[in-house]
Amino acid sequence: MTDTYSGIWVYAEQRNGKLLDSGPELLGEARKIADKRGQELAAVVLGSKVAGLAEELAAYGADKVYIADSPVLENYLCEAYAPVLEGMIKQYKPEVFVIGGSTIGMDLAPRVAAKVNTGLAAHAVGLDVDDNGCMKAFVPSFGGSIMASITCAVHRPQMATIPPGFLKKPEKQEGRKAEIVNVEVKILEQDLRTRVLEVKTEESKVKPLESAEVVVAGGYGIGSKENWKMVEDLAASLGGSVGATRPACDEGWAVQDEQMIGQSGKTVHPNLYIGVGISGVIHHLIGIQDSKKIVAINRDKDAPIMKAADYAIVADYREVVPALIEEFKKLKA
Amino acid sequence: MKPLNIVVCVKPVPDSRYWDRLSLDPKTKLLRREGIPIIMNPLDKNAIEEALKIKEERGGKVTVISMGPDSTFDVLAWAYAMGVDDAVLLSDRAFAGADTLATAYVIATGIKKTGDVDMVILGNESLDGSTAQVGPQVAEFLGIPHLTNVEEIKFVHDDTVHARCKIEGGHMVVEAKFPVTLAVNSEINDPRIPPVHGALWATEKQSTKYTAKDMDVDEEKIGLAGSPSYVPEVSNIDTQRKGEVISGDPADIARQLVEKLKADGVLPEA
Repeated sequence: MTDTYSGIWVYAEQRNGKLLDSGPELLGEARKIADKRGQELAAVVLGSKVAGLAEELAAYGADKVYIADSPVLENYLCEAYAPVLEGMIKQYKPEVFVIGGSTIGMDLAPRVAAKVNTGLAAHAVGLDVDDNGCMKAFVPSFGGSIMASITCAVHRPQMATIPPGFLKKPEKQEGRKAEIVNVEVKILEQDLRTRVLEVKTEESKVKPLESAEVVVAGGYGIGSKENWKMVEDLAASLGGSVGATRPACDEGWAVQDEQMIGQSGKTVHPNLYIGVGISGVIHHLIGIQDSKKIVAINRDKDAPIMKAADYAIVADYREVVPALIEEFKKLKA
Repeated sequence: MKPLNIVVCVKPVPDSRYWDRLSLDPKTKLLRREGIPIIMNPLDKNAIEEALKIKEERGGKVTVISMGPDSTFDVLAWAYAMGVDDAVLLSDRAFAGADTLATAYVIATGIKKTGDVDMVILGNESLDGSTAQVGPQVAEFLGIPHLTNVEEIKFVHDDTVHARCKIEGGHMVVEAKFPVTLAVNSEINDPRIPPVHGALWATEKQSTKYTAKDMDVDEEKIGLAGSPSYVPEVSNIDTQRKGEVISGDPADIARQLVEKLKADGVLPEA
């Protein structure tokens, strides 16, 4: 039964007609699966007046772009979006369907999986194919202390959500062409039992922590709001973003929703992470373990973060941070 | 306004303060969780709180429902102490090994057994699995709409609710007709701490228990057999790195570190 399914699908989320980065990010990762399986890679777009996005998706590697374009899909509503995807899956039978784990992706994916009676791996950080040709989705569990590989052997499509900002966007190949498939939308507004009354969003001015290439994080050891400025200055000297531990957020030095790194906060994957005045409890460490290089600055040589770091600097941060800022500034000169 | 029948889904989870005690059995590759206390999933307390607030305003009934082993009764006792009217435990060996889909099927079947429901409220995600999938999937099995990341619930009419759902960089406000499933986040309220007499009273209250047989479930949709996804491999994640110590005076440390980071190719391009 599973071999009647073919095609690797990526959900390309858009808001206000603008493509989110998650679609291209997923196309990069799903391309590997498509090549291993010898199948075509397709992007799926739902919305109103979104036909123009096909070109961009082709440039990021989609061989085919399915477009469901209708005024009823203007604002996201699961009740309208999920049946459209259900219909597409039943008609075109893809083998794999991956969705970006934005708030909306996480709202949509489980409902679609239940509609088509299949398995869904949540918050996958990578995909692969096993010896039987099944997709493996790697999912950190229990706050990241354990990595589970999740498989869906019999049911199709095999589905996974992947957090946005986790994967790198592939190179854009301008002029690359994709086959366009227009999908008929039969949903009627009057049949819906939910209705969007208001959508209010502001574009964040700072680069989100999750996609920052440099992250400088501070902990309780910073000691005061005045000194917190040194953490921010260090981040600024490298054009990086500022993260924090829970105690630092509790002290009011940083904003929990945007800056807390760790188990119940954000997971960062920068090239460089610098932790200042952080002891390094496991809840924080699991949020930084994907950093390419980890630097820890702490007065206590026995702090747990020192063992989780590539470079451990045993010193008073108030002396080392200004020296580092100066050295980093020289790089730009 | 008519009173509301509200069901709150709760999940027993291993207390995260003890997760460092979790280990993998090297032979079976199964998770060893012995000795780790089981608590109510924290966001489910927000779900109960919201249900109780709605009941206090509108009248009606709040029932909690959970799937798990008999030890889950301890978790349901907390719900009683907070003030819910009824608690139902869906417990059967046949339910074990369920993924989110098989879990949602059992819970939805249990909810139907409790009668007609106006609202299902649950925590947006659990502390342990944190998939955030069970809410939408329960709603699918019930055939009713769902909203997730709900940070505020407002009532307007007798048969509709306005919910503010958090999305990246802001929110959306959605109107939903009853019945509806709402997955709430921690912004929505501060859960009440049960009073001491509530805790005493809770020990008196008897939860109802349903087994697979009592519920007339489709055996192919429950437990391991009803779970499309499974976990063939798990591995430990090691946070240990080499921890190379860099020492000297501050300027010296800074120079050394920059040299090393340059060699590693992790510094941003000028």
